[in-house]
Amino acid sequence: MTEPAQAHTVTPENRSRHGRPRRGAPLPLMLPALVGLAFLLLPLLALLIRAPWRSLPEQLTSAEVWQALQLSLVSATAATAVSLVLGVPLAWLLARTDFPGRGLVRALVTLPLVLPPVVGGVALLLALGRNGVVGQWLDAWFGITLPFTTAGVVVAETFVAMPFLVISVEGTLRAADPRYEEAATTLGASRFTAFRRVTLPLIAPGIAAGAVLAWARALGEFGATITFAGNFPGRTQTMPLAVYLALQNDPAAAIALSLVLLAVSIAVLAGLRDRWTTAST
Amino acid sequence: MTDIDETPAGLRALDLPGQGLDARLVVDRGTFRLDVALTAAPGDVVALLGPNGAGKTTALRALAGLDPLTGGHLRLDGAALDRTPPEARPVGVVFQDYLLFPHLSALDNVAFGPRCRGATKAEARAQAAEWLTRMGLAGHSGAKPRRLSGGQAQRVALARALATRPRLLLLDEPLAALDARTRLEVRAQLRRHLAEFEAVAVLVTHDPLDAMVLADRLVVVEHGRVVQEGTPSDIARRPRTDYIAQLVGLNLYRGRADGHTVRLEDGPALTTTEDLSGPVFVAFPPGAVTLHRDRPTGSSARNLWRCEVAGLETHGNQIRADLTGALPLAADLTTVAAAELDLHPGAVVWAAVKAAQTHAYPA
Repeated sequence: MTEPAQAHTVTPENRSRHGRPRRGAPLPLMLPALVGLAFLLLPLLALLIRAPWRSLPEQLTSAEVWQALQLSLVSATAATAVSLVLGVPLAWLLARTDFPGRGLVRALVTLPLVLPPVVGGVALLLALGRNGVVGQWLDAWFGITLPFTTAGVVVAETFVAMPFLVISVEGTLRAADPRYEEAATTLGASRFTAFRRVTLPLIAPGIAAGAVLAWARALGEFGATITFAGNFPGRTQTMPLAVYLALQNDPAAAIALSLVLLAVSIAVLAGLRDRWTTAST
Repeated sequence: MTDIDETPAGLRALDLPGQGLDARLVVDRGTFRLDVALTAAPGDVVALLGPNGAGKTTALRALAGLDPLTGGHLRLDGAALDRTPPEARPVGVVFQDYLLFPHLSALDNVAFGPRCRGATKAEARAQAAEWLTRMGLAGHSGAKPRRLSGGQAQRVALARALATRPRLLLLDEPLAALDARTRLEVRAQLRRHLAEFEAVAVLVTHDPLDAMVLADRLVVVEHGRVVQEGTPSDIARRPRTDYIAQLVGLNLYRGRADGHTVRLEDGPALTTTEDLSGPVFVAFPPGAVTLHRDRPTGSSARNLWRCEVAGLETHGNQIRADLTGALPLAADLTTVAAAELDLHPGAVVWAAVKAAQTHAYPA
């Protein structure tokens, strides 16, 4: 990259980012690092190696794949939308107000992050199922049944994905200077106007990052979805469910579906990359 | 309302009872208690001056409604504001670091207030443009705050606060965020804008120069209490606490006068020109102190003490000596004089002050 005349001088290119000349890493660090890297990359590589490239166009244009992909995208987007509508105000409540038991509420909000999704699905069934604590009334009064419907998929994905958004937005809110809201109120803005016209634009990048995380989590959601919404093609069978099912009887289709999800994941990562690199420097 | 502006300055408060600011601010914050009374007529510029932690900013936040009052009262132009939320108070605030909304242009920052107070978008922007022009910032209306210099940001913040047509303008350390060079220029501009402002302005500062240049009246706050208030010249001439004496650069002592002699509370007596009796303050500038290596003979100075040098520092183009002994004392002398006297910490010197250079006043 450097011109021959400069090859032996120290140019910025052959210095590390912190201005020190590059030196070899010690072996006890280098070896496990490389093994770790290989461990993370190998499965993805295998996916590409074993992909049925020839029959891929055919696999991907089949009605089942499109159905599952469409359902996945729609339900993940809907779950993200619900998460935004409910999660941003919840994050504001946690970051900006003080009420007794706030710490406990915060812990409960983050619980779905660590809860096995299958347990989440069971819990959702007990709450919103046809005989559930709330579900029986939904059924009796409004004729609404959530389990084993597309709406149920959205509910299950929202349950698992919303905490990601809440945590991300709450962190951004805490980092944002609350005095901007005060400045807005001295200019005649109500607390809600101050939130809408000042705070919301200030934390927009955090909201966007949280939404992308939530969307990616919803897209990959498996356990809560299959438990709460079942596995009905065209209605509740999302991509991850389709992949799992296909693996039993049509491995080539499973690989093809996996590739699609991998592509989507890489696209999400590329979309986030700018934000993450700017955040770390 | 125009007759307010035409009334001579000193008479306004008397002529229009109920106009302007009438407040007693009591705020309890754990171990800290603020209890400050403030009154001002329309057109007045009052400076709350005090050391860090004195409660100045707390007072400002209470006036703006950002912190609730524990007690006291707050009336502005006759209306009680104690229970009014900040968004409904006719109060404008210029914050210390301005807090311009970073996602809005200078124009939209200024238009924010009028917009919240019911103007249409077009009206609000027209008003904002007018304010920016008045501040000499017409060419910067599209700029985001981070592209503005410190002085420009300060003027945008002032325009934003004034655009809501407040009856009380609050400024928190308005010049603290600026570097020394910008400060001088912005101070002069701010003084002009405050002079034009027809309602009450209260500014908070720990800088005596800012306070004296910008305000008609100073209210000095220490430990949450008002310790002295008056015109800048009155405060500069007759300080009543050590903090103020230090700010205005005077040696200050408290004692009991009997004719021309003032006996200090725990120290020697001072001879003054004033003929007073009872508790008094005595003040004199460090420049009035002359230092001698040996006890001066035949000196006309009536006040002479043996002192020890505790410390030396440069002060402008002079040396300031901190002296201990019969009474603590600051003395200014030239570098040459300091060298000739061979001053160093621990050195013993004689300090003399002429009675004519002291100033005594009732405590």
